[in-house]
Amino acid sequence: MNPLKPLALTLAFATPLHAEIDIQPVTSPQGFSAWLSEERSIPFVAIEIIFPGGANLDPDGAEGAVSLMTGLLSEGASDLDAQEYAAALESLAGNISFSAGRDSVSLSIQALSENRDQVIDLARLALIEPRFDEAALARSRAQQSAALERAARNPNTIASRAFNEMAYEGHPYARPTDGTPETVADLDRDAIITAHQNALTRDRVLVGAAGDISAEELGEILDRLLSDLPEATVALPDYADFTAPPGVTVIPFDGPQSVIAFGHGGLPRDDPDFMAAFVMNEIFGGGRFGTRLMTELREIRGLTYGVGTSLASASHGDSYQGRLSTANNRVAEVVEILREEWEWLSGGGISEDDLDRIKTYLTGAYPLRFDGNGSIASILASMQFQGFDIDYVNTRNDLVRAITLEDINSVAARLIQPEALHFVIVGQPEGLD
Amino acid sequence: MVRLIRLFPALALVLLAALPAHANAPQHFTLDNGLELVVIEDRRAPVVTQMIWYRVGAADEPAGRSGIAHYLEHLMFKATDSLEQGEFSATVEAQGGRDNAFTSWDYTAYHQRVASDRLELMMQMEADRMSNLRLDLSDWLPERAVILEERGQVLESRPDAVFNEQMRAALFQNHPYGIPIIGWRHEMEMLDDTIAESFYRTYYAPNNAILIIAGDVDAGHALELAQRHYGSIPANADLPLRSRPQEPPHHAERRMVLRDSRVGQPYVSRLYLAPNRRAGDQREAAAFQVLAGLLGGSPQTSVLERRLTYDEGISLSTWAGYMGTAVDSGVFSLGIMPAADVSMQEAEDAMDRTLADFIENGVDMDQLERVRMMLRAAVIYEQDNATSRARTIGADLSVGLTLEDSERWNEILQEITAEEILAAARQLDRRASVTGWLMGEE
Repeated sequence: MNPLKPLALTLAFATPLHAEIDIQPVTSPQGFSAWLSEERSIPFVAIEIIFPGGANLDPDGAEGAVSLMTGLLSEGASDLDAQEYAAALESLAGNISFSAGRDSVSLSIQALSENRDQVIDLARLALIEPRFDEAALARSRAQQSAALERAARNPNTIASRAFNEMAYEGHPYARPTDGTPETVADLDRDAIITAHQNALTRDRVLVGAAGDISAEELGEILDRLLSDLPEATVALPDYADFTAPPGVTVIPFDGPQSVIAFGHGGLPRDDPDFMAAFVMNEIFGGGRFGTRLMTELREIRGLTYGVGTSLASASHGDSYQGRLSTANNRVAEVVEILREEWEWLSGGGISEDDLDRIKTYLTGAYPLRFDGNGSIASILASMQFQGFDIDYVNTRNDLVRAITLEDINSVAARLIQPEALHFVIVGQPEGLD
Repeated sequence: MVRLIRLFPALALVLLAALPAHANAPQHFTLDNGLELVVIEDRRAPVVTQMIWYRVGAADEPAGRSGIAHYLEHLMFKATDSLEQGEFSATVEAQGGRDNAFTSWDYTAYHQRVASDRLELMMQMEADRMSNLRLDLSDWLPERAVILEERGQVLESRPDAVFNEQMRAALFQNHPYGIPIIGWRHEMEMLDDTIAESFYRTYYAPNNAILIIAGDVDAGHALELAQRHYGSIPANADLPLRSRPQEPPHHAERRMVLRDSRVGQPYVSRLYLAPNRRAGDQREAAAFQVLAGLLGGSPQTSVLERRLTYDEGISLSTWAGYMGTAVDSGVFSLGIMPAADVSMQEAEDAMDRTLADFIENGVDMDQLERVRMMLRAAVIYEQDNATSRARTIGADLSVGLTLEDSERWNEILQEITAEEILAAARQLDRRASVTGWLMGEE
């Protein structure tokens, strides 16, 4: 007798929700476009701006320039030094933050409705008229070098870097986004100014906004923020080939555990089977409780605190990769199980029941991410960055539901290659051949 | 019988803008069996979060059983009378939801986030595992290996985490706040189903829990569902009083050095015993909170950063923090990461000199006004995230504060005067502190 089952059964057939987000396309008087979700109940707005390119645009030998430049945008602009700029922003209780990644630089703004224009003015100053003072540059360079020293002693970072170096040989993806202590030490003010001109341009910009703002007001803000940016002159990189050969690379590192990063080539985002591969990965190792790998490695055997795999399909390259930590004396067992699980997956291990369950999960979970102005603005910008249509929010669950077991098995047979796996192991693994 | 206490927090104090229409004050109920219910309505999206907070954590563990509160948190996802092990999370997932849990020294909390039409199932399952856990039908041994791997991954593989564990162990001379939440490895290795069962039977009961429902839900409906699913669970009449060993007076400051080859950048860390927030009496704690904000709350304009990182170039970064949401004691922290060619001793001295000068010279009123403005704005930004409000309220109620205390906190922070802030700074007592240096190998 199970008193919970009847209710569970009823709900399993409940109609999956739509995200119920009304997204309107906005075009500014000067032609900048944005997606807006207007929501007036709380008096503030969140704006997310993505500038595609990111650390890919660093010249060889100047790795880390875009990252360092991005940090310096908060260190003074126009006639305000770093202290004065920060104090001005604090007195408005606004948030302006920049971040640099491999494929883009992002700007996140949160502003109260009552002083939104002043916050936008400050954001514009940082974007268009950063000072890049020598003192600020020296300080930020020292901070970034220190962070790199720390990262160089973190087994997770060591594993990621080694994996990327092998996976994308000769491509910008093989390089560390934040540079190396050597390249960062050589970055002078000219290198920072170049990075600024290359990475923040008016023709590579994607905008999402959510909250207390109209389309007209947003258009006016976009013109004010973006129209004085330069045109892009540096080309984006070509699409990378996956170059890591099959095998095992051990990087000795002291500690009780080993970090294992593993994977092989993946799928580009525009591959027709991409959605099937995404659904397959959610069942297999998508970073939640209840995936096949979590069950086999954590629940049944207690081999790890957590394991996840991802379809790492980025703008200019792809891989199918995963990561976990385990005690040094259990590494050999983990590697063997992973190889077996790869065989299980490529051999059509996923069942119709697995697929039904993941569809209920994915379609039900999708609306959960649209929780608040900040998340919505960020999702709207990111959807454009990934090349989705504006109505994707409303069609996405139908696309998930349309995937068949045949689709899953066919993409698994094509994508999943047990013999191609490369394992990077950072630690003192025992028992490996 | 249900008692309804409707709160009217002084939101009028928010001078910035009209009160948003949906920003309903949280509603508070207590069921006959002692279960507290707080409902935070936010009807913008068809999504709801359920959180249940138990007033038990690592500081309530029996001596020698460190880690049992956190281990039990893991075991709560195993079998019950009506669910097989793993079925709880599998059901949440099948409903498109997300679930997880966390343990602190003073509380253990479980939460799910789902489409709002699936709330009742979540409540049914959460109520079920409040009293029907079946460890005899659960594989508890592999889960013990999981928590040992967790300790290896999040703690032992990170020298800064080991350092922090050692710092706290030295700061608290008698109180179990000095014991790590995850447990000492040698004691974790001895935990088993019997110990977990006994801990569960002692502390998991409606009169030791706070249920929070936040999101797309009507308070009356939430109350009805809570009555239906939790109302019949009997209270535990033998619930132990929360009285932990308290700290004696501290007479000597403690110092430590941890060297580890994995340390990329050395730093100095200081922890002080400090007051905690007390029900109906939060002003002293609020002064420490604002003090932490002035000393370290901004990466550019805070007192330590402005002088040591910007003006003197002694540090790469500095920080100050205050953790006052606790049953027995707060912790105030300071830290500095020295710039190249600056010794650990020079950095520590510079940090202490800056604190002394701050006490000597007084509070910069412009800076205090900016901090107050950001606190006022936080009230508006927080309306955007019902789940984060649920977390704040849950933690506050779990440590013995009332909902009124929780809603008043931000307002009290804004009332704190320069004199109160300086009094808090003067109260920081080196005899009740630990100073640690985390360094690479020589």
